[in-house]
Amino acid sequence: MIDLQLLALLLTPLFGGGLLAVFGSRRWAAELNSLMSGFTFLASVLLTMRVIDSGPQVAFSEQFFIDQFNVFLVALTAFVAFTTSLFSRPYMRIEQHHGKLSTPMLHLYYSMYQLFTFTMLVALTTNNMGIIWVAMEAATLTTVLLVSLYRTPASLEAAWKYFILCGVGIALALFGTILLYFAAERVLGEGGNALLWTHLNQVKADLEPTVLKLAFVFLLVGYGTKIGLVPLHSWLPDAHAEGPTPVSAVLSGLLLNVALCAVMRSKVLVDGSLGTHFAGNLMMGFGLLSVVVAALFLSRQKDIKRMFAYSSIEHMGLITFAFGMGGPVATFAGMLHMTMHSLTKSAIFFAVGHAVQKTGTQQMEHIRGLLQVSPTVGWGLILSTFAILGMPPFGVFASEFLIITTAMHEYPWSTPILLTALGIAFAAIFGKIQPIVFGETTAKPLPHPPALIPVFVHLLLVLILGLYMPPYLANWYRQAAALLG
Amino acid sequence: MPMSYTLQFINLLAALLLLIVFAMLSQRRILSLINLFAWQGFVLALSTFVVAYTTAQHHLYYSAALTLLLKVLVLPWLLHRLIRKLNVKWDVETLINIPTTMLVGIALVIFAFNLADPITQLAQGITRGLIGIALASVLLSLLMMLTRRKAISQVVAFLSLENGLFFAATSATQGMPLVVELGIALDVLVATFIFGIFFFQIRETFDSLDLTHMEKLKDD
Repeated sequence: MIDLQLLALLLTPLFGGGLLAVFGSRRWAAELNSLMSGFTFLASVLLTMRVIDSGPQVAFSEQFFIDQFNVFLVALTAFVAFTTSLFSRPYMRIEQHHGKLSTPMLHLYYSMYQLFTFTMLVALTTNNMGIIWVAMEAATLTTVLLVSLYRTPASLEAAWKYFILCGVGIALALFGTILLYFAAERVLGEGGNALLWTHLNQVKADLEPTVLKLAFVFLLVGYGTKIGLVPLHSWLPDAHAEGPTPVSAVLSGLLLNVALCAVMRSKVLVDGSLGTHFAGNLMMGFGLLSVVVAALFLSRQKDIKRMFAYSSIEHMGLITFAFGMGGPVATFAGMLHMTMHSLTKSAIFFAVGHAVQKTGTQQMEHIRGLLQVSPTVGWGLILSTFAILGMPPFGVFASEFLIITTAMHEYPWSTPILLTALGIAFAAIFGKIQPIVFGETTAKPLPHPPALIPVFVHLLLVLILGLYMPPYLANWYRQAAALLG
Repeated sequence: MPMSYTLQFINLLAALLLLIVFAMLSQRRILSLINLFAWQGFVLALSTFVVAYTTAQHHLYYSAALTLLLKVLVLPWLLHRLIRKLNVKWDVETLINIPTTMLVGIALVIFAFNLADPITQLAQGITRGLIGIALASVLLSLLMMLTRRKAISQVVAFLSLENGLFFAATSATQGMPLVVELGIALDVLVATFIFGIFFFQIRETFDSLDLTHMEKLKDD
């Protein structure tokens, strides 16, 4: 039974949110935030160990369902949420010293941070396709006030856009869920069970194909807004650029994955019902479009956080494309890329956060010579940039290599498009980051060294996974890929 | 009540719902827009109640009661309070080209009926004809969100979109499972509160609730 571990996993952030809603203004609120995130991570490790040992299982009268696929995302989410909370402790304090944030704002931030983790974990672990929707919407609601935390005109605009666009997107996903329930009701009968994924999975071959086809279009467009797939992406760069950096890190590294998980759950059902590659083709189309458009937009960016937001769109497109191709290798590669992207992108945002804090601007042309100002930040930024651009020996290289070789094998026409887009992205990002790190500066070196341990921990993990994949991890990913088909 | 009368009554309510969405689409005064939204909720609750009565689905009584409470009483009350506090009660929006919007709206209705056709073919029960209307009100609310420039009207459009979805759920499937419906209701309520907070933040920063001030973030 996994009831206990699951309960610990879900209740810790919920309790933490409540606790920080009360004590969020205290001096030790940041430590409490990290502590609660640490406990959540611990619970996720225990849960993961149980599930890897004994396979997929349901809990709490089938309301929750854990298999190798979602437990991998649970572990990743809890880990990045934990390291981000460690990063945000000194970061948000400095923001407060700079007068950008007040104590009530930090109060809100800590409380919402825990609740956001809670909603993501619910969305990942629930077995009910309706509750996934409720949790995804709740995840938007908890982060929307964080995006506007600085209360600047630009941040308010970004938050409003985020709220409205994701609200509309998620409303379309609700319509998709209604259609899914409509098809399920005819097979499973009325009542709560008809939306349980495990039940649906058993009868997926009997679900009405025409309805499921329509349902999947709505679900993909709805949750795709959240993933940031082009052309539904326009909220993403704004929200990432204007929100506080820890929020950008968790939005980019975690929330996008959770939305993709919801799409994958639907895809399994639709594939079973249709018996064709309809869902996969749709995902490949959206994925490829996102990769290409994001790569083209990268070179036009002036704001450093905005540029890396576009890089997130590009990578989520690549993952969606890999999942769309389907098959054990591509799905394995997609999951590996999800892991690498989450770790690397959050590391980048940590480094960027410190760089922006030192120079006081997000405009790339005004950030110069980071290596002279602070070698740790400079090396952190350049190494994580190398990692995200897919340079060997980092893990992103391995996953991108796998995706592209599979594409070459299965869909040769897509390879030149992918390679060109990745090349453009490389030129754009490297061309902008190089002078930022190595350029000349008149700024004086900083008196105190920044705390960037999370950056290097993430990079080390990405490096290790790029060089050597432990057999049990590979086995775990392979099992998860087999579940997704 | 004989079956055919019930059916006619439900169809009448559905037609009314569509009419209300069109009225909202062309309504320029914010106060009237909120009142129309309350009426929409009322018609929705009534039709849910009638469906519950004729199909003897007990959980639909709960949804009808929830709709009545949330969408006819709580949300309109909250919105009324907000516009009074923000002093925008008599605001009038300059809508350009109402006839064109209406024509686009009619095209959307036709499109919705075509899209819903395969589902209608498969559906059973008295509400099968309504799926097209439900989808049409969803699309019309989306159109309303696009054409509005004031923050409050956009939010009302968002809530009306949610009403359309709720109507789709009752007409296509006799309502979603109760847990899901409660979850959705909670999300909508929290969203309205957050929208309220936003109104104050936006007004404080821009001195207006006009969203035309908020078009600075662009890729150039």
